[in-house]
Amino acid sequence: MLVEAGSGHSAGPLGMADIFTAMYFHVLVHDPKNPDWKDRDRLILSNGHIVPVQYAAMARAGYFPKKLLMSLRKFGSPLQGHPEYRSLPGIETTSGPLGSGSSQAIGMAYAALMDKAPWRVYCLMSDGELQAGQTWEAMLFAARNKLYNCTFIIDRNNIQIDGTTEEVMPLEPLQEKFEAFGLQVLRCAGNDIREFVQVVAHAQGISEKPTVIIADTIPGYGVDFMEYDFSWHGKIPASGAESKRAIQQIRSLGGKITSEHE
Amino acid sequence: MATLKIKKGLNKGMFLARNVLDPDTIKREPTRNGYGEGSVEAGKRNKNIVMLCCDLTDSTRSVVFKQAFPDRYIQMGVSEQSMASIASGLALAGKIPFISSYASFSPGRNWEQLRTSAALQGANIKIAGAHAGVSVGPDGATHQMTEDIALMRVLPNMDLVVPCDSIETKKATIAIAQRNNPGYIRFAREKTPVFTTEKTPFKLGRAETYRFGEDVTIFGAGPILYEALIAADVLSQEYGIEVRVINLHTLKPLDVKTIVTAAKETGAIVTCEEAQVIGGLGGAVCETLAMTVPVPVERIGMQECFGTSGNSEIVFDAMGLTAPFIAMAVIRALNRKYGEKVPVIPEYITAAEEKFALLKKEINDEALSRTPKKWGGKKEDKTLKSRQ
Repeated sequence: MLVEAGSGHSAGPLGMADIFTAMYFHVLVHDPKNPDWKDRDRLILSNGHIVPVQYAAMARAGYFPKKLLMSLRKFGSPLQGHPEYRSLPGIETTSGPLGSGSSQAIGMAYAALMDKAPWRVYCLMSDGELQAGQTWEAMLFAARNKLYNCTFIIDRNNIQIDGTTEEVMPLEPLQEKFEAFGLQVLRCAGNDIREFVQVVAHAQGISEKPTVIIADTIPGYGVDFMEYDFSWHGKIPASGAESKRAIQQIRSLGGKITSEHE
Repeated sequence: MATLKIKKGLNKGMFLARNVLDPDTIKREPTRNGYGEGSVEAGKRNKNIVMLCCDLTDSTRSVVFKQAFPDRYIQMGVSEQSMASIASGLALAGKIPFISSYASFSPGRNWEQLRTSAALQGANIKIAGAHAGVSVGPDGATHQMTEDIALMRVLPNMDLVVPCDSIETKKATIAIAQRNNPGYIRFAREKTPVFTTEKTPFKLGRAETYRFGEDVTIFGAGPILYEALIAADVLSQEYGIEVRVINLHTLKPLDVKTIVTAAKETGAIVTCEEAQVIGGLGGAVCETLAMTVPVPVERIGMQECFGTSGNSEIVFDAMGLTAPFIAMAVIRALNRKYGEKVPVIPEYITAAEEKFALLKKEINDEALSRTPKKWGGKKEDKTLKSRQ
């Protein structure tokens, strides 16, 4: 998709593929054939730049035909470079400018509690965007209003455009920061689907405060030359040998299985 | 053969206050009062309306809504950026949020959030900017928001209303609540003349002619419109100049037809606002006329400068926002219409600068007269009360 589009972000989407798979095929209460169902769970993607992996998961889940995936970032496509509300059914918010997804998720969660509605809100965020002050305004509000129906999932991959998060603007101790703001913090391996699913179930069981799941992920997961390397945050593999190698690795689980799977 | 009767004077069909031209007896009330009343009225009609406020419940008058619907009031604390995004989340879940703060902070501080999560996303939120303009007076330039109209006017998909008094603010609040797209409404802190009445027509997007005239048209919005009416009355009585005065309360969607008609019929325009003329109402009118009927335009408003601390009436005078300056602009527009030579720098700007310097000196001298000599003032030290 990214090679076809000619631009985009590689490392983040790869690192979050497991979490998106878990969300769309296990966690979310949703109906891809009825994306406006009022009692659906809301999945808010705050760091909109990793949306290609969400598009891929949504296509697989049946929100739209897979053939649309190759139109990513192209003129007139519903698959905008950063996700846009109303351009594609199932996209809950417009995002891209970092730091505002958590607030929007909170607004929805507050409305659900006002209406005594059963649905939950899951907000996927990057670690880099925690450097935006608005995030912390939002956390104050979430804790004050005990928004237990809102779960923030942080893609803790330690990279951002200019380097590692701890070089650019340190976030640690991260868990303690959220705890100090009055949230319940859970931690898990973001590339282990089983562990992630268990931790989400744990978060659903906490009813007195909102929960943050810090998911430790490997940026560029599944492609040996991308893993852990911040320089792959905002670029794509070259078409030809480089992209072929990346796709081959993903489809064969890094060569662990001989036959390639889509 | 029937002769065409030229209409002049106040438009009776607007049902303005009976004593509209008597500044001494006209009732005065802050426009923000109308926001409190209007939001409650809107809240009664639609249970999805909720009110968010950033620690300014009383001064934005959202307190009135809070008292009426405590369960639908959401305290935000000092978090304007988050307020804008939380409101859009609420809107996407079916609510109609009003977000209230001072205009300096909302839309001043949270403009990007309003751009992305309200305008681009199409979330139906209503932004109420209190203490807009320079009437906040003593608080100084930080709190005197004069750039909000330009900021909000540039956003696609955004309504923008600048009501002229508390009654119109109430009507405007109810009107934007009924629209299905985001909107901005601005109001002021100080008491200003209530010169419209409940019977005065108000329709979002439709400018109203408050006074008839064929020589020059004044377009105004906000409390300064009252100064325009006073200026028009003085010009009529003293010089026989008949000025059309139009309330251009809605800057988006703009009533282009009324602007074009006025330009064709009167051939000269003056704009009045308590905001930066660049990008403000003055900007909107100029953009429209440059593409349709280019006629001379003079713009009263903030002339690419910030406000300053001081009693609000004095600040108005010093910034050239009162009737005498508007009258000067009308005369200049008329001279240009008839091809007369006029000074390069508009007379009303030069006069305001002189007034600014004069008022500054007067107030400074007065303060010095009450300051002890040993501090550099002019008051005899022995008169210090604590020494007696």
